[in-house]
Amino acid sequence: MRKFQLSVTGEIALVLLLTATLGLPLRWAAAADTNPSGAEVSIDNFRFTPQEIKVKAGTAVIWTNRDDIPHTVTSTDSVFKSKTLDTDDKFTTTFTKTGTYSYFCSIHPKMTGKVIVE
Amino acid sequence: MTRPAEDRILFNHNHDGIDRRGFLKCMAWAGTGALCVVRGGVLQSFALNDPAARHAKGQLSFVQISDSHMGFNKPANPDVSATLKAAVDKINALPIPPEFILHTGDISHLSKPAEFDNVDQILKAAPAKEVFFVPGEHDVLEDEGAQYRERYGKNTKGAGWYSFDKNGVHLIGLVNVMNLKAGGLGSLGSEQLEWLEADVKYLSHSTPIIVFAHIPLWTIYPDWGWGTDDSAQALSHLKKFGSVTVLNGHIHQTMQKVEGNITFHTACSTAFPQPKPGEAPSPGPVKVPAEQLRSLLGLTRVDLVRGKHSLAVTDSSLA
Repeated sequence: MRKFQLSVTGEIALVLLLTATLGLPLRWAAAADTNPSGAEVSIDNFRFTPQEIKVKAGTAVIWTNRDDIPHTVTSTDSVFKSKTLDTDDKFTTTFTKTGTYSYFCSIHPKMTGKVIVE
Repeated sequence: MTRPAEDRILFNHNHDGIDRRGFLKCMAWAGTGALCVVRGGVLQSFALNDPAARHAKGQLSFVQISDSHMGFNKPANPDVSATLKAAVDKINALPIPPEFILHTGDISHLSKPAEFDNVDQILKAAPAKEVFFVPGEHDVLEDEGAQYRERYGKNTKGAGWYSFDKNGVHLIGLVNVMNLKAGGLGSLGSEQLEWLEADVKYLSHSTPIIVFAHIPLWTIYPDWGWGTDDSAQALSHLKKFGSVTVLNGHIHQTMQKVEGNITFHTACSTAFPQPKPGEAPSPGPVKVPAEQLRSLLGLTRVDLVRGKHSLAVTDSSLA
């Protein structure tokens, strides 16, 4: 039986591959807060969750309506406004400037939220 | 339902010949589909299928429906067309056809043209010569209510408010679902409030007034947006009147309150029920076993008897 033997290059490649795989979950966990590929807000039970979200400038925030009633995402300072979102509809906007962006649902104005861009 | 043995005023606290305690007791029977008629300050009640109800014809008789949410199709009610049709069937079965129908808003669910068309089509089978509307927040999506006004707002002002007279009763349709502010409740706005003040200025205080609007004009449950930020100003313009009835929708359940000369009343939805204040995490649609749904949906009948200014407001379910 031939012994299975990795070449030096092969061993280094294997180590790099393992490291990359192990590192990946950590990056995914951070994505919701700081990864420019998108931060998520869920709309359900007449609430925005998380109600306050912190992102880095240049991040896109994605709202998904998981409620059985339509809602909107409307900035209180007219910076952004979604169309009416029915169940499973999404709205995305990218925040390029730092600051605090308050928003609410224009149909059910008691629903409020905040995006803090750092 | 038998007539009370003694037809006389038992309590006359406001010295206006209206037995309010008896009135509220009568309204407690309303869930079974009774017709309560105030005549000469005295209450009489009739079951809706009682032949004697035919003779309870008054000065004005109409029906309020609300929150048809045409287009809604989630588990709480997968067929809102069928339940709206059931409401029309109930109206057709009334012993006295209503003179008109008031729809207190959320006609559609998503302000889509087909949804409005569908409601119009279904209401054609109702035995009323006219239907009057006010918009709900679901009717003014995307276009600031332009489509709503195009369909139902001819001869209205501003966002769609208006008034008209029927048999000596002055009816006022108000719009409190526009320009809602973050964290706020319903809103009438200063332009509409000024119009209202002028509209009623020269009316005699004995004119019965009916105000109808989508969101309740009294604060029922602020956490869920069940109230109107500036309704107190509106009601102050109506203080001089001996009889004011406020009819609202939005909360998908019946509630009433009497405050001096003002009677507030909310109607059921014809589409889906919502929870009682605070009894659920949010005011969303409540799913119930299919056989119970129609008992939680309904319509409201309003009667005004000749010679008296109090209105009888009666709810009945679709069951």
